[in-house]
Amino acid sequence: MLRFLVRRTLGAAAVLLLISAFTFFLFFSIPQDPALLACGKNCTADAVALIHRNLGLDDPVPLQYAAFMTGIVTGREFAAGPCPAPCFGYSFANDRPVFETLADRFPTTASLTVGGAVVFLAVGLGAGMIAAARRGTATDKVVSSVSLVLSSMQIYFLGPVVLGVLVYGTGLLPSPSYVPLTEDPAGWFTGLLIPWCVMAVIFTANYTRMARSTLIEQLQEDHVRTARAKGMPGRTVFFRYAWRGSLIPIVTIFGMDLGSLFGGAMITEFTFGLAGLGRLAVDSVIDIDLPMIMGVMLFSSALILLCNIVVDAAYALIDPRVRLDAGSSA
Amino acid sequence: MNAPAGAAGTPEPFLSVRDLRVRFSTEDGTVHAVDGLSFGLERGRTLGVVGESGSGKSVTALALMGLHDRRTASVTGEVLLDGHELTGAPEKKLERLRGNRVAMVFQDPLTALSPYHTVGRQIAEPFVRHTGASRRQGRLRAVEMLGRVGIPQPARRVDDYPHQFSGGMRQRVVIAMALVCNPSLLIADEPTTALDVTVQAQILDLLGDLRQEFGSAVVLITHDLGVVAGTADDVLVMYAGRAVERGPVREVLRDPQHPYTRGLLDSVPRLSSDPEEPLVPIPGAPPSLLVPHPADGSRAPDGGGPLRGCPFLPRCAFSGRVEGGDRCRTERPVLPAGRGAACHLTERQRRTAFAEEARPRPGRP
Repeated sequence: MLRFLVRRTLGAAAVLLLISAFTFFLFFSIPQDPALLACGKNCTADAVALIHRNLGLDDPVPLQYAAFMTGIVTGREFAAGPCPAPCFGYSFANDRPVFETLADRFPTTASLTVGGAVVFLAVGLGAGMIAAARRGTATDKVVSSVSLVLSSMQIYFLGPVVLGVLVYGTGLLPSPSYVPLTEDPAGWFTGLLIPWCVMAVIFTANYTRMARSTLIEQLQEDHVRTARAKGMPGRTVFFRYAWRGSLIPIVTIFGMDLGSLFGGAMITEFTFGLAGLGRLAVDSVIDIDLPMIMGVMLFSSALILLCNIVVDAAYALIDPRVRLDAGSSA
Repeated sequence: MNAPAGAAGTPEPFLSVRDLRVRFSTEDGTVHAVDGLSFGLERGRTLGVVGESGSGKSVTALALMGLHDRRTASVTGEVLLDGHELTGAPEKKLERLRGNRVAMVFQDPLTALSPYHTVGRQIAEPFVRHTGASRRQGRLRAVEMLGRVGIPQPARRVDDYPHQFSGGMRQRVVIAMALVCNPSLLIADEPTTALDVTVQAQILDLLGDLRQEFGSAVVLITHDLGVVAGTADDVLVMYAGRAVERGPVREVLRDPQHPYTRGLLDSVPRLSSDPEEPLVPIPGAPPSLLVPHPADGSRAPDGGGPLRGCPFLPRCAFSGRVEGGDRCRTERPVLPAGRGAACHLTERQRRTAFAEEARPRPGRP
């Protein structure tokens, strides 16, 4: 297990390094001077030059990259003062430390992700199980066709419709907003309920269809038939044998979804006016805000990689044939 | 089957199957996989069921266990196990019998065990369920069973997972699992087919020993006549979902009465024969058992099966010798009780025919 974690952490670090270099150098291929943006209206050539010097934009790009990356590890000294590690620098757009902004935005994204995941896992997997257990019946057909319809739904369509009905039309729920859980649990819940459910609708369909098809496959496995031949009751056969075998593909997809949701659910955040990481990513690109772009990029990538490692470790818990320290797979 | 079934005054055999029919409805029509099968079996005896792939052997095994999916398969007829009617019995009743009084050994030990649970747990599971033993007792029983089926260091291996065992060892685990509740009927569906030859012999010996020890009746399903010769007391030859010949194993193998049985025997290599000599296959393939959906009344008159007349006719070398010309085409031959074959040839015709047509050989180059 330890070897696995060390190996995977090193691998993830290498991936992050590649992503950072790619993003950094790509940024400088944008035919646009970030200093102009920071300078604002009534900008003079002198002011631009000053900003260039302050931001270090005159240095060769590889040098800037090296300075940025060392800053993450060791911290960095700026004209305005020291920036302790992990230092992603200061935003070009508003001069706030990038890391602080990330830390600010993350709870919104995390709440959105975790709550949404609870809803779509519970509903999606539950519906999938019911459909698989009653394969071929009317229940199965209804579940399957509803999930097909829902899976072709889009958040930016469904979101406004739900908002229109539940918030502006009937006033049943407050307009979506983020309040920290620690401050006001009830407000946190009601404020995010609509985004959770709308986001879950889209994902639920996927999980329903996947749970149904892998379960049906598993139910036809020889070892499931063996369990029945041993006289085990249907429920035991279903959960102890068939369900266990369905977990691997479900966990795989869930890990990928969770990783990308943690990195920012852009469309959901925009639809419901929530300020999470997805919003931040889009804003930073529009603002040509290099430190912020780097920060969001590395933070999201790190979360995705972390989810991948957790998923692979989970395989070993689910399936005893999987050995984490066996080497070959990276 | 040590007593001829149906003889007056004989008590009901331990396992009695009468007119068993298994049909699957598919999109194209109904498949009559088992089409009126009858046999009996006593305690402590082994019945070998042989036939080609698709002859209905495994479908029969699953029907005996009540393991067919009720939504897709229709099972009719009578399966009496020690007086209990199994066909159409409620699922709860079947659950109490399965793994307890009737157990099954499956063909492929690589897929028959769940990869997610230790072998100990899988062996103990039916024991705990059917006898009400505690999990601790179940574990002890699992260790005992692993030792009984010849797995070295059972107390250590009980916590291993199936993938940590070789194929032969896994089949021993499957057998241990089947025998954990001392079942009175053991159904072994091609238990050695997936194993290499040296392991095959070990597994068959093991099954034989255990049968003696537990006094179970065994239904041994196989396509391998060698396996039947070595282990079975009686043999039932299946073709196209029906029994075409039955009798004590020696008699059937030495003096086959059905042209199909004879064909099967001719296609088996023998150590005593010339290695250059080609084997004689049975020409053609088994008939389709599918009855297409439009029921236009063209079905066979004898019970609605897919076939009119003798199902073996298209592959039979001897049909020309049957008196009354068309009987093979129009009338389905019946398998008599006791030793016999479902064939229109009379005993005398058969003897002369089999003697005259000493093995039809394909021409040599």
